[in-house]
Amino acid sequence: MLKLVQVEAKLFLREGASVVFALLFPTVLLLVLGAIPALRTPDPLFGGLRFIDGYAGTLVVITLAFLGLQRVPTALATYRERGVLRRLGTTPLHPGKLLAAQLLVNLAAAVVSVVLVVAVGKLVFGIDLPHHLVGFTVAILLGAASLFAFGLVIAALASTAKSAAGWATVAFMLIMFFGGAYLPRFLLPDVINTVGQYLPPGVAALQDSWVGTAPSPLHLAVMAVIALFAGTVAARTFRWE
Amino acid sequence: MAIIEVADLGKRYGPKVAVDEVSFTVEEGEIFGILGPNGAGKTTTVECVEGMRVPDRGTIRVDGLDPRRDRAELRQRMGVQLQESQLPERIKVREALDLYSSFYPNPADWRELMARLGLEGQRDAEFGKLSGGQKQRLSVALALVGRPRIAVLDELTTGLDPQARRDTWDLIEGIRDSGVTVLLVTHFMEEAERLCDRLAVIDAGRVVAIDTPAGLVSRVDSEQRVRFRPSRPVDEALFRELDEVTDVRLHGGQFVITGRGNLLHAVTSVLARNQVVASELRIDQASLDDAFVSLTTKK
Repeated sequence: MLKLVQVEAKLFLREGASVVFALLFPTVLLLVLGAIPALRTPDPLFGGLRFIDGYAGTLVVITLAFLGLQRVPTALATYRERGVLRRLGTTPLHPGKLLAAQLLVNLAAAVVSVVLVVAVGKLVFGIDLPHHLVGFTVAILLGAASLFAFGLVIAALASTAKSAAGWATVAFMLIMFFGGAYLPRFLLPDVINTVGQYLPPGVAALQDSWVGTAPSPLHLAVMAVIALFAGTVAARTFRWE
Repeated sequence: MAIIEVADLGKRYGPKVAVDEVSFTVEEGEIFGILGPNGAGKTTTVECVEGMRVPDRGTIRVDGLDPRRDRAELRQRMGVQLQESQLPERIKVREALDLYSSFYPNPADWRELMARLGLEGQRDAEFGKLSGGQKQRLSVALALVGRPRIAVLDELTTGLDPQARRDTWDLIEGIRDSGVTVLLVTHFMEEAERLCDRLAVIDAGRVVAIDTPAGLVSRVDSEQRVRFRPSRPVDEALFRELDEVTDVRLHGGQFVITGRGNLLHAVTSVLARNQVVASELRIDQASLDDAFVSLTTKK
């Protein structure tokens, strides 16, 4: 199993463009936005905060959405389409371990990316370190779990790698929209922000635990339920060939 | 001793019957071929043996195990090379071998295997960059890395060039000689004739014959044909009166004599008695091809 994780990690790192995007994009975006003076000045429009503070949670959403909805489903659907899963099915290894290895590698990538964005945010723009570290960690883990499980459902239900990529992109757009990636959350109507709070990966919990006080237990619980439900659906419907 | 026993196997996909009734046994240490036209049910049959598919009917024992019930244990003893199955594009040869060897409790030394299969030069090459023959050899290596007692190889040489195909055949013989029983699925006659100790010919989901390659050929009620160019004109009647001969033709100075039994001896005796020398002498005999066609087309 350890070897499998190592190999999957190496394969992940060899996918040049996706690694750069997943690991560096949120940090690059933060640097670009932070380079605009108006966005690093507190303003009532931004809820009395600076734009970049109000955007912090969304940066984590971008990372998780990209990994969970772009990397995970297409990687697994491609493995299935190319017979990689079938091939593993002829060995004593349970193919479920390959799924686990994939998720672990993507979770590790998410952690690296988030640590990077938090560090750059602190060092360059003085964005506070997460106020509620435990809450932030739990919010990331549950957010990743719910979104990766969502990605697994797509991988399970899509018949080909192409259709998996298609569905994943639709989901990716929606999650990015509700997560405030296109329009920051303080500009979005309340109703959309309310929906966004309960959609994976839970942008509100991420935002609250980073620059707020603590994540709402309800938000975390909803992410846990989504992760469990989607995970079960994926496990029930996943086809190895 | 039989290591694989398949009895009355049946499998359908919806209304389509893939395997109607298939029975055979494979002896330990032999190369057993499953030969048949495309869509005859070869792959479905071996997939049931591998435990990858659940048969509708019949019983299968592999090394004393039930492929479905004892799936986990079977995985330790059987190495499988699947038709058209791939590895991740960017995995390196040594990584794939190292990874697959980590799945087994007592694996072969993958470095040695890599050398034996002539993949040392590619140890750091990515799977996607390998040639067809190299991919097949890696696939065989992965099937062998767990030190299996049985190796199942499905359409091993499809898509390979003639040289790579011959190299692969040498390899399979080497595997058999190291004590592994090989179940080989193929639709190449030449491959079956060259490699297999015994063969089952499958057509439309049924076994039509099980025999050695030579045994299958001898089943064909075959005519032989002797062609030659005589050193001087010879009377056709000299050949027509022979018991073995059924037909004599003369095309532009070349005789084509058709017949049965010891035809060549009968013809050359006549030539010798008449002090005629035959040049461009050729004999066409039934091959496994003919046997296969006659077994799979007559209904």
